[in-house]
Amino acid sequence: MADGCWKSRVAIILSNSYSLNNMVSFQNVSKKFTTNITALEDINLEIKKGEFVFLVGPSGAGKSTLLRLVAREYLPTSGKILVDDKDISKLKSNELPFYRRKIGFVFQDFKLLDDRTVLENVALPLHVRGVSDAEIAKEVERTLKLFDIWNRRYLFPKQLSGGEAQRTAIARAIIGKPEILLADEPTGDLDPETAWSVLQLLVEINSWGTTVLMATHNKEIVDLQKRRVVSLKAGKITKDIKEGGYSH
Amino acid sequence: MNFLNLTKRNIRRTPYQALAALMVMFLTFLVLSSFLLLATGSQQILNYYESKPQAIAFFKDGTTMNDVKAIQTSLEKTGKISKFKYVSKDDALQIYRDRNKANPMLLELVTANILPASLEISTYTPEDLKPIADIVKKEPVVEEVVFPEDVVASLSSATRLIRVVGGGVVLFLISFSILITIMIIGFKIRIKRDEIETMKLLGASNWFIRMPFIFEGIFYAAMGAFLGWLSSFLILWYFEPLLLNNLGEVAAIIFPIPIITMLLFLLSNLFVAALIGAIGSFIAVRRYLHI
Repeated sequence: MADGCWKSRVAIILSNSYSLNNMVSFQNVSKKFTTNITALEDINLEIKKGEFVFLVGPSGAGKSTLLRLVAREYLPTSGKILVDDKDISKLKSNELPFYRRKIGFVFQDFKLLDDRTVLENVALPLHVRGVSDAEIAKEVERTLKLFDIWNRRYLFPKQLSGGEAQRTAIARAIIGKPEILLADEPTGDLDPETAWSVLQLLVEINSWGTTVLMATHNKEIVDLQKRRVVSLKAGKITKDIKEGGYSH
Repeated sequence: MNFLNLTKRNIRRTPYQALAALMVMFLTFLVLSSFLLLATGSQQILNYYESKPQAIAFFKDGTTMNDVKAIQTSLEKTGKISKFKYVSKDDALQIYRDRNKANPMLLELVTANILPASLEISTYTPEDLKPIADIVKKEPVVEEVVFPEDVVASLSSATRLIRVVGGGVVLFLISFSILITIMIIGFKIRIKRDEIETMKLLGASNWFIRMPFIFEGIFYAAMGAFLGWLSSFLILWYFEPLLLNNLGEVAAIIFPIPIITMLLFLLSNLFVAALIGAIGSFIAVRRYLHI
């Protein structure tokens, strides 16, 4: 009897600590865009704090939709998404900007603002947070030097190479010290060498404690990294392997 | 980077739309300023005539001061009189000399004897003038009663017309300006859709995204208001000699326009501009910026 009590107490403590360690939790999440198109169906997924997860799958599998659901660009049609134990569907519109400041987003097409320099693009997340100009200048210099684009700071996005543009985009995504970094095909338009250097950056960011979710088609990168791989196909999770490779 | 810098960038990026918005605002405020000037000027002229002795009773020769006082007493009983001013024959001659001092020929021909004494009678309202004139006309010592009934009547109707037509045109142009602001700001929001999406994902608050657009609308209106105000006063300054020649003594109550009046005009223009810009851009932001 006493033995049973002890075991149940341990089970409760373990389940609580597991819940506390979850950064993102999808609970029976489905997303339909119209009555005919189902992007995601009954997704159950737990991502722990500080984890690096690859999302793989063919085009249209639902990888981008999953990332956009985490960013609260979309609302789930059904189910619940918890981020840091909070149901993000219930966020009010005035709470949304503050939630998004916890998230960094990196896109395949960079989504840099064309009429702003590298320096201004990277400074933007701090401006929207109302950080002082002096603090911004210091932080931007530190970040641009870290990403080796300090000498490109006065150039506009169109004047950058693909690798430089993506480094700028990643610098912009992490300058606000997000808890989660969402990367949607960040190596998609890059040559293998540049793609590899971008991945190294993401791995380093992950080593600082940031949870990274990366949607990718890059088999080589996924296979070499030996990290958690979640495979999606037609809106459903087909595999979830701790140290997986590229297969769906 | 503050909102003003973002606004400046928005304007620089689409110079033709900015120019179109500025021109429409300029036109609106030029018309607004011109009508305001016209309405104020005509009101001042009207006030001048209304405050001047409205009726002048000219007395027959031999009228005594007792006769004049008797008339004043009977008129005061009506409660409609604001002021009397008796002008003796000598006073009349002095006035005549002052007005015609540039023409010695005219001065030589006139003496105090041929000028009648008169009583200038002011009433509280122009409407009281006619009944008062009718009473005075009945007095046996009164030769003639003149009053600028026609001038006041036509000035009153002209002032009313300026207010109604000016108000109508200005209201139309204000509505037009608001619509143009909505169109231009809406267009700018559309071409910056991707940028807005990115800013939202970076955690920009709704007002951080909205404010530069609202400031932009206010900027166009304020610039238009300033240019419209400046142009209307430049036009008035150009025509000042012509008006001085044709309006005679009345022009003296309008010109020179005091600096404080000009600044009040500018302030009222800027106030209307702030309203137009803010309303137009706020509607555009609510309509086209889905945050």
